Amino acid sequence: MRKPKLAVWKFASCDGCQLSLLDAEDELLAVAGAVEIANFPEASREVLPGPYQLSLVEGSITTPHDAERIQQVRSESEFLVTIGACATAGGIQALRNWADVAEFTRSVYATPEFIDTLDTSTAIADHVTVDFELRGCPINKGQLLEVVNAFLYGRRPDIPGYSVCIECKRRGTTCVMVADGTPCLGPVTQAGCGALCPAYHRGCYGCFGPAESANLPALISELRRLEVDDATLVRALRTYNAYAPEFRAASDELEVTG
Amino acid sequence: MEAASVLERRNFNGLLDALTARGYRPIGPVLEAGRIVYGPIQRDSDLPIGKTDIHDGGMYRIADRPDDALFGYNLPSDSWKQYLFPPHSRLWTATKSNGSFTVAAEEIDPPRYALLGVRACELAAIRVQDTVFTGAFPDRQYNAVRDDVLIVGVNCGQAGGTCFCTSMGTGPQLTDGYDLVLTELLDGDHRFLVRSGTATGADILRELPLTPATPADCAEAEALIEHVSGHMGRMLDTDGIKDLLYDNAEHERWDDVATRCLACANCTMVCPTCFCVTTEDRPTLDGATAERWRTWDSCFSLGFSHIHGGPIRTSVKARYRQWMTHKLATWIDQFGTSGCVGCGRCITWCPVGIDITHEVAAIRTEEAVHAHR
Repeated sequence: MRKPKLAVWKFASCDGCQLSLLDAEDELLAVAGAVEIANFPEASREVLPGPYQLSLVEGSITTPHDAERIQQVRSESEFLVTIGACATAGGIQALRNWADVAEFTRSVYATPEFIDTLDTSTAIADHVTVDFELRGCPINKGQLLEVVNAFLYGRRPDIPGYSVCIECKRRGTTCVMVADGTPCLGPVTQAGCGALCPAYHRGCYGCFGPAESANLPALISELRRLEVDDATLVRALRTYNAYAPEFRAASDELEVTG
Repeated sequence: MEAASVLERRNFNGLLDALTARGYRPIGPVLEAGRIVYGPIQRDSDLPIGKTDIHDGGMYRIADRPDDALFGYNLPSDSWKQYLFPPHSRLWTATKSNGSFTVAAEEIDPPRYALLGVRACELAAIRVQDTVFTGAFPDRQYNAVRDDVLIVGVNCGQAGGTCFCTSMGTGPQLTDGYDLVLTELLDGDHRFLVRSGTATGADILRELPLTPATPADCAEAEALIEHVSGHMGRMLDTDGIKDLLYDNAEHERWDDVATRCLACANCTMVCPTCFCVTTEDRPTLDGATAERWRTWDSCFSLGFSHIHGGPIRTSVKARYRQWMTHKLATWIDQFGTSGCVGCGRCITWCPVGIDITHEVAAIRTEEAVHAHR
């Protein structure tokens, strides 16, 4: 049986997520044994032609060129998985969606007319059909391997949508919100990081985006009780997953009411 | 009940020595980064000496005590479930061979734990899980750990802000099911009233430098229990609670609690009786082997009720109702006891302070209003 071809694509992103695949040191040989790494410029300059059975897409759509290129990627891909907060929610660069991009280019670039960019940074799923979205900034290496594994065996990836709180409790971390009064997005954020920040007595930053049943209004009223002001709440919600629908709606609501 | 003896505070390490000499690994309360949690105990200095904990809905703080009590706190944030029923465990490994596969059950060689500082509500919770895991479907891993556990109970010297063991009939005094039970006495000489509940417990006591308890010692211990019983932070009226919840499955209070509930599952994770799990099969990429793992899950996760076609409890309302009704009502039909022991952890550790006692009271009060119309 011919091995499935794997392609890794980059859009507006930092490369951290696709590097998670190279970081899978112990498992990398097994991955290379199970799939043919056909198009992965970070790993090899040899690029084989499509179609590709599995495409991993990193990054968000921020330019007219990328908006076209993703259509081409989709047409060459049988199973398309978006990886990371940029690809699944628009990333940190989606902050531009609330701002004037023309003003940014004028203040940053000496020759702004060379810049051909969109007014928005949007998720891949806003442009093409996506077969699976893997969250995280960055993604979790173990979850990436699970997605590849599930693809190989034709099963649904075991990537839970529940909150970071479950991961905190499983690793024996005491709740930083209850015990220290530390503001934390854990109760509304999807698990996947292993509850890293609370294990170091920090609140969750929401890197994995909204959990499956995220109740933002309830958490916001509790954070206000902990004397977090609305401007701080807006900033907390507008990071890597700012444009994820639930976080976006909550921060917009805070600006209206705040 | 066996006659009580007195162990002087200065001889407390003798008890730890006797446990370790018997091959037990003592686990008890330790102060870690400003919270009391369960961890390994080697010497008395590992205990949270002179510390206490303040509990309220969604709030926990450590505070200093005016004395040097070893067990002067209420309850750690985690529970013994972390040790008896670990969050992750591998159940078996399958290996492919000759077109078929073989399954090897996980070898189990658990440490022999001595649980030091078990509160009455916590022992009740362990016994609830015993019923779940040793009943009709005995759980191999749980029983392997549980069979060798030694329980050193410590009666409560105070009640916490979210405690309601008296409502659930589980405390504050340990009455049976322990190997040893201590009552810490702080008036006058710092000392412990000790009793054994098993032959092993009695053997351990024989090695310790004890003196017979005086009637005054026993009276002080009794007075302490009486005081604790009268100072519960919360109260839950359990009268007819099963029918109350069965009759109110469509009560509007469930909608109200759903607006506040984060569905984060903290209540179920900290609950010492909650036992729900998910199983995950993890094949290797080459398909040569696969492992089955068991992991704590929660009725608050969508995946938990996922059956053919999708999850059956899609709303948070349905999930909260499922949790509370199971804990307080259907548990009785299923296992013959309440699933709630009144430890109050679900109240303290809910990030938004949802209070099971308030929710029951609200349903009860509003039902009474309806009934009198």
